[in-house]
Amino acid sequence: MTNLAIAANQLRKSYGEKVVLDGVDLAVPEGTIFSLLGPNGAGKTTAVQILSTLIAADPASGSISVGGHDLATDPQAVRAAIGVTGQFSAVDGLITGEENMLLMADLHHLSRGEGRRIAAGLLERFDLVEAAKKPASTYSGGMKRRLDIAMTLVGSPRIIFLDEPTTGLDPRSRHNMWQIIRELVADGVTVFLTTQYLDEADELADRIAVLNDGRIVAEGTAEELKRQVPGGHVRLRFDDPMAYERTAVTLRDVVRDDPALSLQVPTDGTQRELGEIIQRLNAAGIEADSLTVHTPDLDDVFFALTGGARVPHQPKEAVR
Amino acid sequence: MSTFALAARDSSTMLRRNLLHARRYPSLTLNLLLTPIMLLLLFVYIFGDTLSAGIGGGVPDRAKYIAYLVPGLLLMTIGSTVIGTAVSVSNDMTEGIIARFRTMAIHRGSVLIGHVVGSVLQSVLSVVLVGAVAVAIGFRSTDATALDWLGAFGLLVLFALALTWIAVGMGLVSPNAEAASNNAMPLILLPLLSSAFVPVDAMPGWFQPIAEYQPFTPAIETLRGLLLGSEIGHNGWLAVAWCLGLTVLGYFWSTSTFNRGPR
Repeated sequence: MTNLAIAANQLRKSYGEKVVLDGVDLAVPEGTIFSLLGPNGAGKTTAVQILSTLIAADPASGSISVGGHDLATDPQAVRAAIGVTGQFSAVDGLITGEENMLLMADLHHLSRGEGRRIAAGLLERFDLVEAAKKPASTYSGGMKRRLDIAMTLVGSPRIIFLDEPTTGLDPRSRHNMWQIIRELVADGVTVFLTTQYLDEADELADRIAVLNDGRIVAEGTAEELKRQVPGGHVRLRFDDPMAYERTAVTLRDVVRDDPALSLQVPTDGTQRELGEIIQRLNAAGIEADSLTVHTPDLDDVFFALTGGARVPHQPKEAVR
Repeated sequence: MSTFALAARDSSTMLRRNLLHARRYPSLTLNLLLTPIMLLLLFVYIFGDTLSAGIGGGVPDRAKYIAYLVPGLLLMTIGSTVIGTAVSVSNDMTEGIIARFRTMAIHRGSVLIGHVVGSVLQSVLSVVLVGAVAVAIGFRSTDATALDWLGAFGLLVLFALALTWIAVGMGLVSPNAEAASNNAMPLILLPLLSSAFVPVDAMPGWFQPIAEYQPFTPAIETLRGLLLGSEIGHNGWLAVAWCLGLTVLGYFWSTSTFNRGPR
């Protein structure tokens, strides 16, 4: 068995009557990207705050270890192993980007020379050299996020928590951030990523856990999750309305889209079912102008598992 | 690294951060300096004749009043400077960087210690600046020995330390900068109710005990004694007791508030 970078048993947290995390089990193998996916208010940030030692889990929780250290008894060792980039910018806006980097180097007790070398290297890597001498408060959202991650990397953490790292970024910055995250794992780092974007989890994560109302409602690879929900279909499109009508009658169990002259035939996507559909079309002498197979995407998964929760693409309110 | 070395190293890093803030954005510190300097000029040049006549039995003597006024205003300068501390602590706590510090393997208290040491240094600098204005308009210490000067300096540092810890606590419990500024306001209003401007004897009888035993009056009387050779009496140990008491109170209040975690 591979070593677990993060292992949490029955993680619980409630504020008074309000239960935020209701017994969450997490197991993240070293060197992988794990994504906690969920709508706003699902408890993602709370999970990150607990695992990164910011707040304490409820006593009713089971054992939690991060980087091989027990969270409750040795938080300082956990802190030495992790790096955290929270949802809200954790840079010092009053000082420059370079000063922020050197501040991190000092707090990691690096020598002056080493600190300067690492800071310069990271500023270069994250395309911040030009802005290095400007106050961080003047940076754009994408630049702040890059500086934020660069600061997190100063201490070469083995486990990195990224809490919604692309929320509020434009598409280009978002893709840059994905590239950065992929490079991190290439170096052997473990990444714990929270996101409300399904494509992001699909794109990056080795394993995904779907969090809803403080509970993990599904867990697995993106493929495994997609297989758990119905929604796969074959789409047949026709140029000839007559052929369209004839197919609808022949196959019977279809969803019609009359204006587009296309039919959706539900299927689990296996070769056997596809063969059956094609056989029936051949037998009736029907030739579709195009045939495409659709597997359910994570959107289908998300809505099926979270009980059709609201569309999770809205900006989070700023909290203090 | 031993705990102490870790604490010292991280605290000095945090101190450098705070001094960098103060140097980059000096307007807050300078604005707060204006209050004691304005009051000094106002009370000497506008109210000086009337007040000195009142204190001196009808004979106006502005030079004498400068001597009376300056020790109180030096301590008021500290009260004014630490309002800035409360504001900057409160601002700091709203920044994500504090959450980052909390997730790093650094000495927990270093964030606050950095603020406190930075604030004490700023207070000393402010006192020197206000002192320079006082000397420029004619203030002179009389018969102060080197030991008296050392005592005066020690008292000012101790007083700054005490008010700073209280101000840090006020900054930590304030939800924003405006609230921090309001909460710390008593630190600059309290000198008005002390012996800074007029002697306690000149106040209404029912109010005298309040004025006499609040933290500013014993410190002012002690500083007067050290710089001008007046009677210190029980004010010396009263001042030190106030300073130590406020320091301990502010320290425990601030650290427990900070350790309770993010707001």
